[in-house]
Amino acid sequence: MSTKDLHHGHSEQHAGAAITDHVHYQDTEGVIRFEADHGHHDSDRNKKNFIHTYIFSTDHKMIGKQFLITGIIWAIIGGGLSNIFRMQLGFPDVPLHFIGTIFGDKWAPGGKMTPDFYNMLITMHGTILVFFVLTAGLSGTFANLLIPLQIGARDMASPVLNMLSYWFFFLAGAVMFTSFFLPSGAAGVSWVFYPPLSAIRSAAVGSETGADFWLISMALFIVSSLLGGLNYITTILNLRTKGMSMSKLPLTIWALLITAILGLLSFPVLLGAAILLIFDRSMGTSFYLDKIYISGIGAMPHEGGNPILYQHLFWFLGHPEVYIVILPAFGIVSEVLAVNSRKPIFGYRAMILSMLAIAALAFFVWAHHMFVTGLNPFVGSVFVFLTLLIAIPSAIKVFNWITTIWRANIRYTPAMMFSVGFVSLFISGGLTGIFLGNSSIDIQLHDTYFIVAHFHIVMGVAAFFGMFAGVYHWFPKMYGRFMNRTIGFIHFWVTFVGSYCIFWPMHYQGMAGVPRRYYSHGAFESFNKFGALSEFITIAAIVVFLAQLLFVFNFLYSMYRGKKVTELNPWKSNTIEWTTPIHPGHGNWDGPLPEVHRGPYDYGKDGEDFIPQTVPMRPGETTHHG
Amino acid sequence: MTEENKKQAGAQRFGLYLGLATIAMLFTALTSAYIVRMGAGNWLFVKMPFQFWISTAIIISSSITFYFAKTSHRSGNISKYRMLVWLTFILGIAFISFQYMGWLAIAKTGIYIDGNPGGSFIYVISMVHVVHVMLGLVLLSIVAIRTSIKSYNPDHIYKIGLMATYWHFVDFLWIYLFIFFQIKFF
Repeated sequence: MSTKDLHHGHSEQHAGAAITDHVHYQDTEGVIRFEADHGHHDSDRNKKNFIHTYIFSTDHKMIGKQFLITGIIWAIIGGGLSNIFRMQLGFPDVPLHFIGTIFGDKWAPGGKMTPDFYNMLITMHGTILVFFVLTAGLSGTFANLLIPLQIGARDMASPVLNMLSYWFFFLAGAVMFTSFFLPSGAAGVSWVFYPPLSAIRSAAVGSETGADFWLISMALFIVSSLLGGLNYITTILNLRTKGMSMSKLPLTIWALLITAILGLLSFPVLLGAAILLIFDRSMGTSFYLDKIYISGIGAMPHEGGNPILYQHLFWFLGHPEVYIVILPAFGIVSEVLAVNSRKPIFGYRAMILSMLAIAALAFFVWAHHMFVTGLNPFVGSVFVFLTLLIAIPSAIKVFNWITTIWRANIRYTPAMMFSVGFVSLFISGGLTGIFLGNSSIDIQLHDTYFIVAHFHIVMGVAAFFGMFAGVYHWFPKMYGRFMNRTIGFIHFWVTFVGSYCIFWPMHYQGMAGVPRRYYSHGAFESFNKFGALSEFITIAAIVVFLAQLLFVFNFLYSMYRGKKVTELNPWKSNTIEWTTPIHPGHGNWDGPLPEVHRGPYDYGKDGEDFIPQTVPMRPGETTHHG
Repeated sequence: MTEENKKQAGAQRFGLYLGLATIAMLFTALTSAYIVRMGAGNWLFVKMPFQFWISTAIIISSSITFYFAKTSHRSGNISKYRMLVWLTFILGIAFISFQYMGWLAIAKTGIYIDGNPGGSFIYVISMVHVVHVMLGLVLLSIVAIRTSIKSYNPDHIYKIGLMATYWHFVDFLWIYLFIFFQIKFF
C-alpha cells in the first residue's frame, strides 16, 4: 500500500494487476490495440471482460474517450442538420429527396422541406451542438482524460459516479435521437425553448411530443453534467499528488475546475426552469402562461403566468453555459500555445484571475439576452455595464496568448495551428460582442444574422478549435499513436478559412436586418439582394462540413494505423501526464505517483528547453511565473 | 483507516457538499421564481394546512433520532443504533404521507395545481422537495441495511455521517421552505 500510494484501497489489487498486465501488453505491440487490450487484459484485470473495459468502464481515460467519440458522432449529426437547413436558405429550389427517405415524406413533400421541418432542424442543431458536443463532448472528454493525469491521481474521486455521468449523457442522447422519428417530429421551438410556444402542445407541430422528449433528454443531460462536475471539482481539490499545489496546476486544470463550478451552480437553475415547464405542459399549471388565444383552437385555460420568467431562469443558466463551452478551450489553448512556443505562458496568474473574473461576471449578465423583452431601461444599462466589464479579462487573455507566441520559436503542429486559429476567432467574435452588449445597438441587431455570426464565431467555431487542438495534442496519450500531420493541416486551413467564409458575410446580412430562424426570406423585397450571399454561405458550410469528415477519417485511421509513439514525452512537455507509460493502465502510473516540484510552464528557463514538473528545484532557483 | 482511505473519505464528504450545493441552487431558482411571480400581482396566497405543521414536526424529530442513532453507533451501542436508524426511516415515510395529506387538504379548499400560480408553486416546490426526501430514504435504507445487519464495524460511522449530513440538509430545506411559504413578500 505504502509503495503504491493508491487512493482507494479496494481497487488497489486490480489497479496493480492492470499495470503489470499493461507492461506485458506493450511488448506485443503491432496488434490492433482494441483486440490486443481485450485479449491480454481479460484474465488479468481482476476478471474484467470486454464490457467492463470498453463499455461500463470506470477508468477515467476510457470514459474520456467515450465522451469524445459520442461527441464526434453528435457533431456529425448536428453539423449535418445545419447543412440541410443551409440548403433551404441558399438553394430553396433544389429538391432534397433524402429527407423524405430518412424522416418521412410528410416533412419534405416532393423534396421540398416544410417550415415545420426547418424549425425542427434549427432546434436540434442548436441543442445538439451546444449541449451534447460543446458541453459534454468538450469538457466531458478533456476533464476525464486530463484531470487525473495532470494532477497526478490514479482516477477520479468517484469512478462509479464518473461512469454514471457518461451513461446519463448517453441516455439523454438516445432520447433526443429517438425524438427525430416521432410522428410529430422532434422539438421545433428553438434550442432556447421559450414559452408559450414550448409550453402549449397545440401551439405548433414542434411543440408536441418532440418537446416532451427534449425536456426528458435535457433533464438526463443535467444529471450527467452535475455528476461529472461534482467529480471534477472534488478530484482537483482533493486528489492532487504531492507537491501539486493550486499554483502549480496547468491552466487546463484551472479552466476545467472553473467550468465545473459554473456548471454546478447554473445547471440546477435550468432544471428548475424545466420542471416548471414540464408542469405547464402536462399538468395545466400557469407558471409561464397567461391568457392565450390560439386561432382555430380557441382560448387556452391558462391564467396569471409570465413567459419572461422562463427567460430569466433560462439565461441564468444560458449565459454561464457559453463560458462552460469556451473555458475548457481557454485552458487547452493556453497549454498548447506554451508547449509549442517553447516559452512559458505569459502571465500564468493573470490567466487564472481573468478566468475567475469571467466566471464570476457570468452570473450577473444574463439579462443582456433580454434587452428587447420590455426590460426596464435602467436595469438594461446595469447589465450593459456588467457585460462590457467582461471585455477586460477577455482582453487580458488575448494579450497573454499573443505575448506567449510573440518572438517564440514556434513548432508548427496541427494542435498549434488550431490554437492560433482559436485566438483569431476569439478576437473576431469577441469584438462583435461589444456591439451586442450595448442595449441601444442590440435592439437593432437582436435576432438577426449578426447575432448568429457573433456566437457561432466566438463560442461555436472557437470552442471547436479548442477541441481540435486538444484532440491533436493529446491523441498520442489517448491511443499511443500520432494523428496524421498533413491531413491535420488540410483540415485546419479548410476549417479556418471556411468558417470565416460562412460567418463573416452573416454580419452584413444582420446589419441589414435579415432575421434569424426564418424559413425563407423570399417574401421580403429588401432581403432578396442577399440571395447570392446566402448561396455562398451554404457552399462554404458544406465544404467545412466535408473537411470535418476528413478529421473523422484521420481520427479513426490514426487510431489503428497512425505513427506509433516511441518516446514517453513526444511534445517535450512539462506536465506530468507525459510521465505515464505510453499506454497507461487503470491507475496511470506503474510505480508510485510522481512528485511535483515546479510550475508547468518552465520552458526556455536558464537556457534549458524545458524542465518537467517532476524535476526538483535547483538550489537558489526561483519560480518563473508571477 | 489508512492515509489513502482518509484522503478518499475527505473527497467523498467534499463531493457530498457540492451535491448539496446543486440542490440548494435548484431551490434558489424555484423560490426566486416564486418571489418574482408574487411581485407581479394576481397572487393567491395559500394558508399552510395543519398537516404541513405535523409533517414539519415529524421531519425535525427524524433528524433528532438520526442524530442519536449516530452517537449510539459511535459509542458502540449497536442495538440502540439499529432501533433509532429504522425509527428515522419510518419517520421519513410518515413525513411523505403527511405531505401527501397536506396536498389533499389544499385541494379540498378548491386550490388545485392547475389554478393560480400561487397554489401551483406550493405544490410543485413541495413535490420537488419530497423527491429529495425519497432519494434520502433510498440511501438511508441502503446505509441502514449495511450497517445494522452486518456485524459492528467502527468504520461504518463514516458512511452514517455522510448520510446524516444529507438527511439534516433535506430537513433544514423543508424548514426553510415552510417558513418561506408563509411570508407575504409584497
